[in-house]
Amino acid sequence: MSDREKILGRIRDALRVPAPRPGVHGGASLDQAEDASRRAVPDYSDWLPIVGKTFAERSALFARNAAELKAEFFVLADERELPGRLAQLAAGNGWKRIATHRGSLTGLALQGSTLPVGYTDEGYQVADMEASDAGLTECEALVAQTGSVLVSSLSSGGRALSVLPPHHVVVARASQMLADLSEAFALLKVKYGENYPSFLSFISGPSRTGDIERILVLGAHGPKRLTIFCLP
Amino acid sequence: MTPPVIASKDFAVRSRRVSADLTHRQVINRALGAYELKRDEKIANFQDWGAARQAAAEVKWEAVNHLDRYLEEFASKLEARGGKVFWASHGGQVCDYVADLAKQKGAKRIVKSKAMTSEEVHLNVALRKEGYEVVESDLGEYIVELAGGGPYHFVFPAMHLTRGEISVLFEKELGTAPTNDPEELTMIARRVLRQVYCTADIGISGANFAIAETGMISITENEGNARLTTALPKVHIAIMGIEKVLPKLSDLAIFLPMLATAGAGQALTGYNSMIGGPRQPGEVDGPEEFHVILLDNHRTQLLADPEQRDALHCIRCGACLNVCPVYRSVGGHSYGTTYQGPIGSVITAHLRGLQEWKHLSNASSLCGACTSACPVKIDLHHHLLHNRRNAAKAQPVWWEKIAYDVFAFVMDHPALYRLGGKLGYWAQKLHPLVLRTPLDPARSWTATRDAPAIARESFKDFWQAHPEAGRPAPRVS
Repeated sequence: MSDREKILGRIRDALRVPAPRPGVHGGASLDQAEDASRRAVPDYSDWLPIVGKTFAERSALFARNAAELKAEFFVLADERELPGRLAQLAAGNGWKRIATHRGSLTGLALQGSTLPVGYTDEGYQVADMEASDAGLTECEALVAQTGSVLVSSLSSGGRALSVLPPHHVVVARASQMLADLSEAFALLKVKYGENYPSFLSFISGPSRTGDIERILVLGAHGPKRLTIFCLP
Repeated sequence: MTPPVIASKDFAVRSRRVSADLTHRQVINRALGAYELKRDEKIANFQDWGAARQAAAEVKWEAVNHLDRYLEEFASKLEARGGKVFWASHGGQVCDYVADLAKQKGAKRIVKSKAMTSEEVHLNVALRKEGYEVVESDLGEYIVELAGGGPYHFVFPAMHLTRGEISVLFEKELGTAPTNDPEELTMIARRVLRQVYCTADIGISGANFAIAETGMISITENEGNARLTTALPKVHIAIMGIEKVLPKLSDLAIFLPMLATAGAGQALTGYNSMIGGPRQPGEVDGPEEFHVILLDNHRTQLLADPEQRDALHCIRCGACLNVCPVYRSVGGHSYGTTYQGPIGSVITAHLRGLQEWKHLSNASSLCGACTSACPVKIDLHHHLLHNRRNAAKAQPVWWEKIAYDVFAFVMDHPALYRLGGKLGYWAQKLHPLVLRTPLDPARSWTATRDAPAIARESFKDFWQAHPEAGRPAPRVS
């Protein structure tokens, strides 16, 4: 018998005796327990922090969360501002090399740029990406409730581009601003069906650690800075 | 395996030492005091934290009580996407599987992000014995490994060390200049570890959740080390306990915020990554091979106890450790277990033997702070009681049995009880003669505390002697 069969066998034996449902003690159930179990499809959004319905409300909430996470978030009134803003970042931080992937938004951001650019689309050398000053990516969605950026291996130039270079720059559209994680998972299901990318990640702020005396330090292993541009 | 007497004695000795260490207390209270403020702030943002806890508990109940079905679904979905699933009944099989794979790949260097299951099966020791270089990449784990001790806390492994101690450690082990700045210390580790990610042959991670519906694992972290560990090396191995599976991807919508809030006082942890297979066609990077090891290691034994089955709901957020007055006093290392604190005390009795580890269930005031803090509503402090009861039932201690029989007899006979009170009152006058000496019958109490005085008049006598006392004043209509 394989260990698979052994483990599954032990599980089935163990489960012969049922366990009481959560919140149920000695046969009497608490009201709350009944309420939650009566709902066939629980709507988690009802219990998580409140998120507004309009883009203005959501982007304001995203901005507040981003500020707390020490991420930089800019809503641009016109997409033509983008190349200038990126050039400003590049000049201000003395970037010598940038890594990115091909896409309409990353293309727009790099219009007129003279910086050496490495694209991940045709494969890349890890050392080259590690030596890049910034990683420029698109994303699947922005999540207002938590100030997170949802990236995937298909939308954001692979797994490493959004974590290896010391500065991660994200370009998104206002239409990508979602309320919460539930909406993000629903979007992914519609977009990919059964065929999910092999990698998804909700990024909330730059890489961080509190492992030394619980004091916040940015740039533990991943990016020290995260800049998000939201275009109309 | 450690003989029983040693595990409990060690615990007693270490606890006594650490709880008298005031610097330790200060470091822990400062760290956890800051945590409590952030956690309360984030919980207050929830529209209904109580309902969210109930919902999370319901989802876990569903998953754990149909574990066979969800594990099979998870494995078949993952295998369909090119992932390999290895089922391990015991820890030794995990070590053998990883060592064989490393040999087959001609690997030299292995980078790890935090995986408590690997601590549980002592994977690092096994791999190093085979000659592999194994590097922990989580900053806390990295520090703890350099220091040569186990994790102090399964979420914050190096919480007990001060920056000064870490600086001295880095100076000694890495030859770096001393510094008092946490940021500089972090950057030292960053520089060292960057080179490791880029050159490692195998990346090993844990998993916080597994998703049956999509065959994915989900990893929660702040540092980005797990992302690098699972992106750059050619082979990724994830090790997880069988209880980690959730039915649907969308269930993470509640578990990720709750894990972050309860565990670290964050709205969401820095990186929550879902990995469903090795690099797929059309993708530019990612490992060529993705192995998931499903570890039983006596979890099915805990599953077989319906009374304590909900201990398998645990998402390892560490909230119960953070609020536990015992953990905060005796510290994480006193436990001598992979999983510390209340949840560790409950499950270690199942994973490693009740009689050997029952002392952990006795080391509790049963205040219930753990149960209130648990985001998935595990009935932790009752489980500590259940362990005590089960241990006493299976292996009664003769003098405890006599003591309880006497106690029950006295309580059943009011006249005896009253007599006991009177005798006690007079007998306590002699107590100072033997106080804190080996002859003191209450020595285990009086060694560190004052014994409460027995009053001359019992409450019952007082009540009868004062018919007017405590009665509500007559109503004036």
